Amino acid sequence: MLSTYRYPKYDYLPPPELTSKSQRRYPLVVVGAGPVGLCAAIDLALQGLPVLLLDEDDTVSVGSRGVCYAKRTLEILDRLGVGDAVVSKGVSWNIGRTFYRNEEVYHFNLLPQPDHKRPGMINLQQYYLEEYLIARARQFTHLDIRFKNRVVFIDPRPDGVLLHVETPDGAYSLEADWVIAADGAKSSIRKMMNLDVEGKVFLDRFLIADVVMKADFPAERWFWFDPPFHPGQSVLLHRQADNVWRIDFQLGWQADPEEEKKPEKVIPRIRAMLGDEREFELEWVSVYTFQCRRMSKFRHGRVLFVGDAAHQVSPFGARGANSGIQDTDNLCWKLKLVIDGKAPDRLLDSYSDERIFAADENIMNSTRSTDFITPKSRTSLTFRNAVLTLARHHPFARALVNSGRLSVPAFLVASTLNTPDQESFAGEMIPGAPMDDAPLKVDGKPAWLLDQVGNRFVVLHYAADPQQIDATMRHEIQQLALDAIPIEVLLVTPAASGTAHGLRVLEDYSGRYAERYDARPGTTYLIRPDQHVAARWRAFDAASIRAATMRATANLS
Amino acid sequence: MSLILSPNFHEPGRHFFRAYGPGDEFYEALIEMHRDLSDEQSALVNARLILLLANHIGDLSVLRDALRIAREGVF
Ligand SMILES: Cc1cc2nc3c(=O)[nH]c(=O)nc-3n(C[C@H](O)[C@H](O)[C@H](O)COP(=O)(O)OP(=O)(O)OC[C@H]3O[C@@H](n4cnc5c(N)ncnc54)[C@H](O)[C@@H]3O)c2cc1C
Repeated sequence: MLSTYRYPKYDYLPPPELTSKSQRRYPLVVVGAGPVGLCAAIDLALQGLPVLLLDEDDTVSVGSRGVCYAKRTLEILDRLGVGDAVVSKGVSWNIGRTFYRNEEVYHFNLLPQPDHKRPGMINLQQYYLEEYLIARARQFTHLDIRFKNRVVFIDPRPDGVLLHVETPDGAYSLEADWVIAADGAKSSIRKMMNLDVEGKVFLDRFLIADVVMKADFPAERWFWFDPPFHPGQSVLLHRQADNVWRIDFQLGWQADPEEEKKPEKVIPRIRAMLGDEREFELEWVSVYTFQCRRMSKFRHGRVLFVGDAAHQVSPFGARGANSGIQDTDNLCWKLKLVIDGKAPDRLLDSYSDERIFAADENIMNSTRSTDFITPKSRTSLTFRNAVLTLARHHPFARALVNSGRLSVPAFLVASTLNTPDQESFAGEMIPGAPMDDAPLKVDGKPAWLLDQVGNRFVVLHYAADPQQIDATMRHEIQQLALDAIPIEVLLVTPAASGTAHGLRVLEDYSGRYAERYDARPGTTYLIRPDQHVAARWRAFDAASIRAATMRATANLS
Repeated sequence: MSLILSPNFHEPGRHFFRAYGPGDEFYEALIEMHRDLSDEQSALVNARLILLLANHIGDLSVLRDALRIAREGVF
């Protein structure tokens, strides 16, 4: 089908239920092996839970879908063990340029801060991302992926969930303690449970063409408003892996999708854009409309909705898969604690609250971008063109040019899991913040802060000299590691010297940690398993750390 | 004071984590204000808005700068 990619075909195996004719109960079932369901399954498997992952298909995402994966997603993929594969195959970029008619009016840098492990964004065809995730998922013997298993019925009960599943060999039923619904925008689970997803559809159509060509354009995002080669509309160009380029042409609502997909319509559009000489080959063409909407709650008893099943956005900002993967980052550690009986199940309501907060931010930003890109009235178009004409000379107008505000994580400032500050701090690493990365040394070797935290509660304690940590505090640190919800204390120090009585030391040799976390001797951060700040203090106090951990796990009522 | 041409949208007491936040919020409110108006009504509302803001700025030298820049390149 594609000249640059062969779709893998994964084996379907008859499920044990069909041979043994018995109904089984599973602690965890994930429905849907798109990028989001796969991340959920891997994350839960990493936590040591047995996972059953069901998907109706037996290959990866077909055609043109996700391209851009944001820094926060890459950090999550690092935690899941696929970051390197994705980043080395993908095209890294930080610069986006915006053109109005013939001229560049504005450019942005997604990573204004230096010294982060991951770039602002990479571009990679969604099928590669899914292929790497499936390869990773298959490394876990306690993660059972069943292809060609379609969920056709759900009965959510207070004490468990009954599912009916269809396979090429017939149907079977199973029970689950918990179900993660990652079955995409058209979620059949959502429909079978009669749940609404509300929002708005944008009355516009976009032609999405993936084109193979050799071109030496830089790895940047290029966006045109009203270019001479496609007057009155917008165009977006992105480079993906394997010399495949993604071109989005805005078509307007009146366009006929079937007509527009024909090569004899598409090729002249692309020629007009690229100039006549360049050789290219069409890889895939589709026409899309987009919507921005979400469910009113992401948790319904024992069924947890993630990704496109829970919320959808327009693609200007690449917030679809990115935000879905961030859902799983938020959910999986909570589910593990609840399953282990270490947190009450209301912790899962905080999943819904925190991710709805994030979804609303994503919907707001992608709606604003869509409204700027495709003005709905004459006045709106006039304002947009006013911004674009002022932008060439005036910085204030450049800041208003909205060709897509690209996916960034939400600061969960309103979360009840946060312990509010009692002392004053500068900078952005407030409770609820997704952590900023920083370069470090561990045992003298270069390392990154984000790779040191995650999957468990961690305390980062900044100490001028770790050897000065006294016996009482060392004892407290050991005790914290033995709590029901273990808390690992890591020392951060400007310059490591000698041993620290067996404590783990991160050397902030560049000073970036101190700068980004406003750290001075004594400064102590409590970090959630999803690399968000839960609490912080100017001094180490085990009782406060425990209380904040209880709050971050909904154990305080 | 001279006309401010660098990004200047803000709101006392609020922190914006993203530099584009306050500008985008203003822009959304501006477009929202015009919702369901005819082109003619929108033109009237825009004129009223300019008058309100101009009076708020007050300083004629600043206003003259703005008038000049607004007109630049529009023939
Ligand atoms: C043109 C375009 C460009 C995009 N660009 C980006 C981008 O740059 N960045 C970005 O982050 N996002 C982007 N997106 C969005 C992204 O593709 C989606 O957000 C993402 O695929 C959502 O992942 P998901 O796992 O939630 O759902 P899906 O990918 O839709 O996966 C759902 C899975 O569930 C399975 N399934 C469905 N029903 C059942 C059932 N009943 N039983 C069993 N299995 C079932 C399906 O087979 C499928 O594998 C783009 C989308 C489009 C269309």
